[in-house]
Amino acid sequence: MSEAFTKAMARNIFYGGSLFFLLLFLALTFDTEGALPDRDNRQAITEKVAMGKRLWEVNNCIGCHTLLGEGAYFAPELGNAYKRLGGKAGIIGFIKSRPKDGIPGRRSMPQFNFTDEELDAIAEFLKYTSEINTANWPPNIQG
Amino acid sequence: MQYQSQAVAKLYFTAAIGLFAGQILFGLILGLQYVVGDFLFPAIPFNVARMVHTNLLIVWILFGFMGAAYYLVPEEAERELHSPGLAVLMFWVFLVAGALTILGYLLVPYSGLAQMTGNDLLPTMGREFLEQPTITKIGIVIVALAFLYNIGMTILSGRKTVVNLVLLIGLTGLAVLFLFAFYNPDNLVKDKFYWWWVVHLWVEGVWELILGSILAFVLIKTTGVDREVIEKWLYVIIAMTLITGIIGTGHHYYWIGTPEYWQWWGSVFSALEPIPFFMMTVFAFNMVNRRRRNHPNKAAVLWALGTAVMAFLGAGVWGFLHTLAPVNYYTHGSQITAAHGHMAFYGAYAMIVLTIISYAMPMMRGRKAANSNRSQVLEMWSFWLMTVSMVFITLFLTGAGILQVYLQRYSDNPLPFMVVQEKIALFYWLREVTGLVFLIGLVLYIASFFVGSKDPEVAVEQAASPTA
Ligand code: HEM
Ligand code: HEM
Ligand SMILES: [Fe+2]
Repeated sequence: MSEAFTKAMARNIFYGGSLFFLLLFLALTFDTEGALPDRDNRQAITEKVAMGKRLWEVNNCIGCHTLLGEGAYFAPELGNAYKRLGGKAGIIGFIKSRPKDGIPGRRSMPQFNFTDEELDAIAEFLKYTSEINTANWPPNIQG
Repeated sequence: MQYQSQAVAKLYFTAAIGLFAGQILFGLILGLQYVVGDFLFPAIPFNVARMVHTNLLIVWILFGFMGAAYYLVPEEAERELHSPGLAVLMFWVFLVAGALTILGYLLVPYSGLAQMTGNDLLPTMGREFLEQPTITKIGIVIVALAFLYNIGMTILSGRKTVVNLVLLIGLTGLAVLFLFAFYNPDNLVKDKFYWWWVVHLWVEGVWELILGSILAFVLIKTTGVDREVIEKWLYVIIAMTLITGIIGTGHHYYWIGTPEYWQWWGSVFSALEPIPFFMMTVFAFNMVNRRRRNHPNKAAVLWALGTAVMAFLGAGVWGFLHTLAPVNYYTHGSQITAAHGHMAFYGAYAMIVLTIISYAMPMMRGRKAANSNRSQVLEMWSFWLMTVSMVFITLFLTGAGILQVYLQRYSDNPLPFMVVQEKIALFYWLREVTGLVFLIGLVLYIASFFVGSKDPEVAVEQAASPTA
């Protein structure tokens, strides 16, 4: 690098540039927080949905599936599972019917032995998720 | 080694290598489960093996960063570590907490682990990379605070160099951003939004500062190039990192319920994120070309150059590949993501830790500057085996990803996820076989610590004739 460009100048660009873009990022975050209520389907977050989210977490579903495209890539996207599986009944039926020892030779989902209430909560959570405004993602129903 | 207390780094580096081996074993289990779906089912389901794989990765990288700091901070500050005893204590706390957590994953069903550890009191579990029980997370914060105190005190009361300062900023940022792991609202969109403040602002933000400062340290030591020159480069690189990387977070805010203007902010700024990685490559090669000495530790120089190149390929090139919103619309959450994640993590963070280990370990094991020739040759073999197999793992996953995206998301008759997975199984087999080659490389790497350890050291120091 040229001699005319000194270490002090480089340092100032680092501090000044980082600070500027950090503040800009915080401003964008602030604006996003303001815009979210119209997009994030928060009016649908009931006790049931919150319970469903907790169950989603403590069973580590994200360790195999993606949710809105984030997670693991071993099993199907679930952000639109409510639509793909035909509503709550489809989701509940699928989760309930997993064989305990899996399907020989194939990737299998564990049998979690959820109660009916838990199954309902998970389905409610996935219903809420499917109604978040994701700018039309995924491209089609296959996720 | 100029200061006694630098030796605590040896503990950290040894643990890092051990956990790295564990990470790879579980990677191979995952890779096999991809094609032999019922492998180890239901004893070790995929999600459990994956948590072990990714959490071991994060933990060994953190061990590596801490070891690097304990090694280079005293040397840069020109004084002993503030408290070597605290460093040893925190090592054991971290190792035991980490081991218990991994055993918890493997031995208890995850929901049981959540219950045992009181997740209900402050639910933070069950999110990717942040699966640790809340008490483990609190433990991580305590270890991080003690660590920052220790190196902070050393730096503040010693010689202040840019390398130390940048490292300290990076490590402080790492600890501060981790606090967002404790924020887990019921609102999924907000949960995801701030989750990225840990994950993205780590790997494309503050960790790059840590990477840059370790690389700068090793280059100062091995090339003898004037510190002023290296420090100027370091400032420019990390300036570009944060200028592009902070707003670049927006490349994760396209499809998770956040406003659509992020498609612009995210695309534009993250498209610039390869710049600092490219500069790092130019920097490393430039410094080695302008070297004033031929350091006898050739393996360490190879690792340093390799880090710069592979970080650019994995983060810069493979990151750019899918970062523009119209592309990401199709590739989001596919094998393309996995391909990029592997090469970027290996190229940037695994390799920088292996670089500092390669540079520092010989001296901590009683050598003057470098290992014997036999040991170095073996280490360089392991470098090539691991690095080339990671390139191929990335290429196979990219192949799988392109087909997946086409068949499942782009073609006129999109096929279901599982149908597509079966069609592209060949690529997963190739990835798994290549993973075995990676494992061979890792075995050779570990062997290089034992082979030729009685042989004489590579002759020290011939003055170089600078080519530039
Ligand atoms: C060498 C053999 C390896 C194999 C067979 C392997 C296999 C895998 C598999 C199957 C996954 C899960 C993908 C999914 O969610 O569906 C995974 C995730 C991951 N692995 Fe590896 N891995 C290996 C080595 C490594 C190395 C060396 C690193 C980094 C240094 C690494 C870093 C990661 C990361 C960061 C993830 C999460 C990726 C994401 O979320 O996109 N792996 N690995
Ligand atoms: C060393 C630096 C980097 C590392 C370690 C890294 C690692 C990762 C990992 C592990 C993921 C997957 C996260 C998940 O599981 O959801 C990811 C996603 C992503 N990365 Fe990076 N990355 C780095 C740099 C970059 C850069 C410089 C760019 C852009 C030029 C980039 C672009 C992306 C994009 C667009 C995604 C989202 C993929 C998706 O939509 O599924 N990354 N990265
Ligand atoms: Fe990112």
